[in-house]
Amino acid sequence: MMNDLGRAFAEAFGLVARLDPQLLDIVALSLKVSLTAVVLAALVGLPLGAVLAVERFRGRQAVVVLLNALMGLPPVVVGLLVYLLLSRAGPLGSLGILFTPAAMIVAQAILVTPIVAALSRQVLEDAWREYEEQLRSLGARRMTAAITLLWDTRFSLVTIVLAGFGRAAAEVGAVMIVGGNIDGVTRVMTTTIALETSKGDLPLALGLGVILVGLVIMLNAAASLIREAALRRYG
Amino acid sequence: MLPLELKDVCFGVNGKVIIDRVSVEIGAGPRTIILGPNGAGKSVLMRLCHGLLRPTGGAIVWRGNGGTGRPRRQAMVFQRPVMLRRSALANIVYGLKLAGVARTERELRARDVLDVVGLTDKSQQAARVLSGGEQQKLALARAWALGPEVLFLDEPTANLDPGATRELEAIVAAIRATGTKIIMTTHNLGQARRLGDEILFLNQGRLVERAPVDQFFRQPASAEAAAFIRGELPWS
Ligand SMILES: Nc1ncnc2c1ncn2[C@@H]1O[C@H](COP(=O)(O)OP(=O)(O)OP(=O)(O)O)[C@@H](O)[C@H]1O
Ligand SMILES: [Mg+2]
Repeated sequence: MMNDLGRAFAEAFGLVARLDPQLLDIVALSLKVSLTAVVLAALVGLPLGAVLAVERFRGRQAVVVLLNALMGLPPVVVGLLVYLLLSRAGPLGSLGILFTPAAMIVAQAILVTPIVAALSRQVLEDAWREYEEQLRSLGARRMTAAITLLWDTRFSLVTIVLAGFGRAAAEVGAVMIVGGNIDGVTRVMTTTIALETSKGDLPLALGLGVILVGLVIMLNAAASLIREAALRRYG
Repeated sequence: MLPLELKDVCFGVNGKVIIDRVSVEIGAGPRTIILGPNGAGKSVLMRLCHGLLRPTGGAIVWRGNGGTGRPRRQAMVFQRPVMLRRSALANIVYGLKLAGVARTERELRARDVLDVVGLTDKSQQAARVLSGGEQQKLALARAWALGPEVLFLDEPTANLDPGATRELEAIVAAIRATGTKIIMTTHNLGQARRLGDEILFLNQGRLVERAPVDQFFRQPASAEAAAFIRGELPWS
């Protein structure tokens, strides 16, 4: 058993080291899907967070609570909902994107948007508490203030977006359901790991696992480096 | 836009009275210094005048403005200045942009005021890592760059060393010489004498006394003001 594991690891590193084309394709698709999803999530989530931070309207508190709750959405549930939307009989079935990378992007974007919105709302609201009087004194309207806050907290927001990317890249349930894990088409790192493990092909699964973990570590390192550098530079 | 008239202005939070029926007319000429012990309501009164807080009773009217709305040509330097996460220069440019100053003119004006407060060599430094005193000078520069008709200063020298305090007083005098109305608070009575023409004395949210500077310090009309000047006003 120990030997099997050792051999699997050795083969896994071999795959990574010689840049196995199948492995590269899978990693590339993973990055493409999750990066696109995170960009979409940031485009929606950051402005949403900013509006919630500076505007006071009826039902705001309910929206904030809802967003916080949605942060914990189980990926399989998101997958199921997107599947129902996109399936042939569903309301968006005519798009015909089920079991394509596009569907996976949609699912991950839905998964990550509440995370970006809720966490950025918190950061932006703290900043607003500090800045509000000064900005209003200078004559800033809410819209201007929101943009100023987004810019002034940009380094914290980058950390949040990177966390969102980590969540998307590491998620299995949603992409499995709406992508279908089709070889060469919708197979990403996590779904491949799940499949190959169940088939007993450990080297590929392990190789991908190593890359995934490495990616997550690198992201976190990047996030904390950015924050620290920014704090030193801008206070 | 002056005179500024306060009619029975009250301000309360959760039933606690912070400003209590203050009525006063602040004219364009004299430099007005608001004095009073900690917690008297000086900062709140300034925020009310500046339009950051709404009175819970009474009215605040800029009579010269036809009494409509909050006039733009006013600026405030806060007791604790807030700097944006960008360079000193960019902080001033930001204020000018919001004030609608033409793009080409912003940086020129910003460099001018930085020069006046002696921060030229710090213009590219991040504003938030400047020292407390430097930030206070920067805040004054940012406010003055707007060319305000009325300038509110809330303890502008609270963090400054004696030399910097003198410098800042000189800058305030120069600002005043350009015709800007100064409304200021301070705990430095010498400074009140040097910079002020008239005193508004506030205690526990009430306007207790208003007098020309000389008279206020020589012969305060109220026992509270007399005790305050002697440094004997009991804690409320
Ligand atoms: N937003 C607020 N909510 C509740 N209480 C407040 C609020 N703002 C001010 N106060 C209270 O109002 C009183 C007056 O505050 P203010 O800041 O105007 O005092 P001040 O005269 O400026 O004092 P200092 O000399 O210490 O700056 C204080 O007791 C303060 O606790
Ligand atoms: Mg104060």
